Amino acid sequence: MASSGKSNLRVALLAGGVALSMLGLAYASVPLYRLFCQVTGFGGTTQRAEAAPEKATEATVSVRFDANTSPALGWNFHAVQTAMKVKVGEQNMAHYRAVNTSDKPLTGTAVFNVTPVNAGIYFNKIQCFCFTEQTLQPGESVDMPVVFFVDPDMLDDPDAVNIKEITLSYTFYPVDKPKTVSEAPAAPGSITN
Amino acid sequence: MAHATAAHDDHGHPTGWKRYVYSTNHKDIGTMYLWFAILSGIIGGILSIAMRMELQDPGIQYFHGFASMVYGTPADAALDAGKHMYNVFVTAHALLMIFFMVMPAMIGGFGNWFVPLMIGAPDMAFPRMNNISFWLLPPALGLLLISMFVEGPAGAHGVGGGWTLYPPLSTSGQPGPAMDFAILSIHIAGASSILGAINFITTIFNMRAPGMTLHKMPLFVWSVLVTVFLLLLSLPVLAGAITMLLTDRNFGTAFFVPSAGGDPILFQHLFWFFGHPEVYILILPAFGIVSQIVSTFSKKPVFGYLGMAYAMVAIGVVGFIVWAHHMYTVGMDADTQAYFVAATMIIAVPTGVKIFSWIATMWGGSIEFKPPMVWALGFIFLFVVGGVTGVVLANAGVDRALHDTYYVVAHFHYVLSLGAVFAIFAAWYFWFPKITGYMYNETVAHVHFWVTFVGVNLVFFPQHFLGLAGMPRRYIDYPEVYAGWNQVSSYGSYLAAVGVLIFLYGVITAYARKVPAADNPWGVGATTLEWTLSSPPPFHQFSTLPVIK
Repeated sequence: MASSGKSNLRVALLAGGVALSMLGLAYASVPLYRLFCQVTGFGGTTQRAEAAPEKATEATVSVRFDANTSPALGWNFHAVQTAMKVKVGEQNMAHYRAVNTSDKPLTGTAVFNVTPVNAGIYFNKIQCFCFTEQTLQPGESVDMPVVFFVDPDMLDDPDAVNIKEITLSYTFYPVDKPKTVSEAPAAPGSITN
Repeated sequence: MAHATAAHDDHGHPTGWKRYVYSTNHKDIGTMYLWFAILSGIIGGILSIAMRMELQDPGIQYFHGFASMVYGTPADAALDAGKHMYNVFVTAHALLMIFFMVMPAMIGGFGNWFVPLMIGAPDMAFPRMNNISFWLLPPALGLLLISMFVEGPAGAHGVGGGWTLYPPLSTSGQPGPAMDFAILSIHIAGASSILGAINFITTIFNMRAPGMTLHKMPLFVWSVLVTVFLLLLSLPVLAGAITMLLTDRNFGTAFFVPSAGGDPILFQHLFWFFGHPEVYILILPAFGIVSQIVSTFSKKPVFGYLGMAYAMVAIGVVGFIVWAHHMYTVGMDADTQAYFVAATMIIAVPTGVKIFSWIATMWGGSIEFKPPMVWALGFIFLFVVGGVTGVVLANAGVDRALHDTYYVVAHFHYVLSLGAVFAIFAAWYFWFPKITGYMYNETVAHVHFWVTFVGVNLVFFPQHFLGLAGMPRRYIDYPEVYAGWNQVSSYGSYLAAVGVLIFLYGVITAYARKVPAADNPWGVGATTLEWTLSSPPPFHQFSTLPVIK
């Protein structure tokens, strides 16, 4: 009986260990998922690059610029140009403009992606305001550049070669948001029905 | 020696409330699980009937009244509160039925009762852990019920986010404590299930009687073994995901907050990595139950025993790699969707093996249409209907049109509400004489079957039409064009409710009449070990281990 008791404990500890490692895996999935998106361009995650390729191709795509602002951030944020026609492989610069329309300094940070989502792996940013937090004084207006190129490898990808239009989208959120939802004042219209 | 045995029996037989609260006996704990499941099933059923009453006609008839009545909402805010309350009912109905009805009935109830009996073990491997597994459930149920009465979104009560608890509706969308109560309820129910899973794994691996090899185990034991492995691998992921929700809500983390670098889609991946195996957790024990019953009442061994066992293993394994078919609309690229479509459809193969093996078991058998057999046949029919619509929904392209419509509601109720629940009733009528030692009135059981069968088909078959016509789920109201089939569906739910009353009547009269059941009331087809014991079995069984040839 003693040996059976021991082996019961061993099976139970093994099973418990499996459960604990699955719990660990759930938490490990957070950085892994981020890494996966960055590496594969999953969900339209754009890429970072140091420089554009030497030679541009003759193929062109249209790049459209989309700007959104969280209602909690008192900014007027918009793209200076609606769209650009660019050569694939060519380095380009576009501008966004943000105006702090409130009466206090506000810090924001932007999240971004491109659609169609499978263009994410080919959309490279060399310089972007989204890499850092932006602080605007009351009434201050800034022009924020994005330096980007579309990777010519896109032309070799049968799933992406037909992409004629890529939309680059930004959404600005406030950085100093209330810490937790339970402390946050109820936002108007937060009732879901 | 005889004296020692008697003394042992005395000390192992506490009486009164202590028999249950302190219980370490797998049969008593199984019985408590079954009563607990019946209680939760009745609460969940009442919620669903309230929803069907509301949906019987277009417009909002009842829920603003319920909101005023239950929460004392003033008349001018009652309409909005009522709409939210409807969503609270949807959420609570799902959580109750999944975590507090089907799982306790199949795994905790019938699993506890019959896994040790079928493998020739004296009890579970860890009897005291078995006790805590059960006694974690009532507090979990309590927390879930409390969540319905405390503030959820500003000015309304309860969790209205659906059982999937997607952020941001479950984080910034409903800042009140209701969601925290619901999350803690799931934590505790999950802990209970994980402890139960560890207990079953140890019992099945270590405590089989001499000669009971894995390949001789009854299929019900196989089904529970696969199920508890799914629990062990998937529930911790849910626990992790809802803990992230909890810390996002209360401790300033940003796992799912996009403004701080998080991603709400990640929650959906984590949730469905648990959620898809979970639906197999609900249905696999049903496969085992139906295999036992079909074989018993056809008086033949199960056709293709090994194929049946490994089909369940295959379903369990493949069940872990198909989760994203619940989220085709989140913006996955075409290749990813193609993979999930193919992987999902592959599950139809082992499932088909099971269906055809049940039919082959009946083929040429000497079939007796006793109540358990009738319920098992009902299960097979309904599960096939639900399985066919599942293959339809597996197509990412078709799913674009049907996502979050009543077609999906009809699909998963055919496999779960009808499939799993029919298997639970089949098991109830199969093992009730063994559990209680009393025979029930078979005519009442047959009437219960037919009323329920007609009722639930009336509820859910028209929902296919509503879904194909584009009616979205989780809304309190709908346009006039959907009125007709909604009315049919509501009438069906009232009929199904009558079925529940007939069930309760049958149970009460069985206890009142006390007609003794034979040790084996089902004849030569019942070959598993529990039928070699008395009805009800002795408090401790197999003090001399049976030897299986």
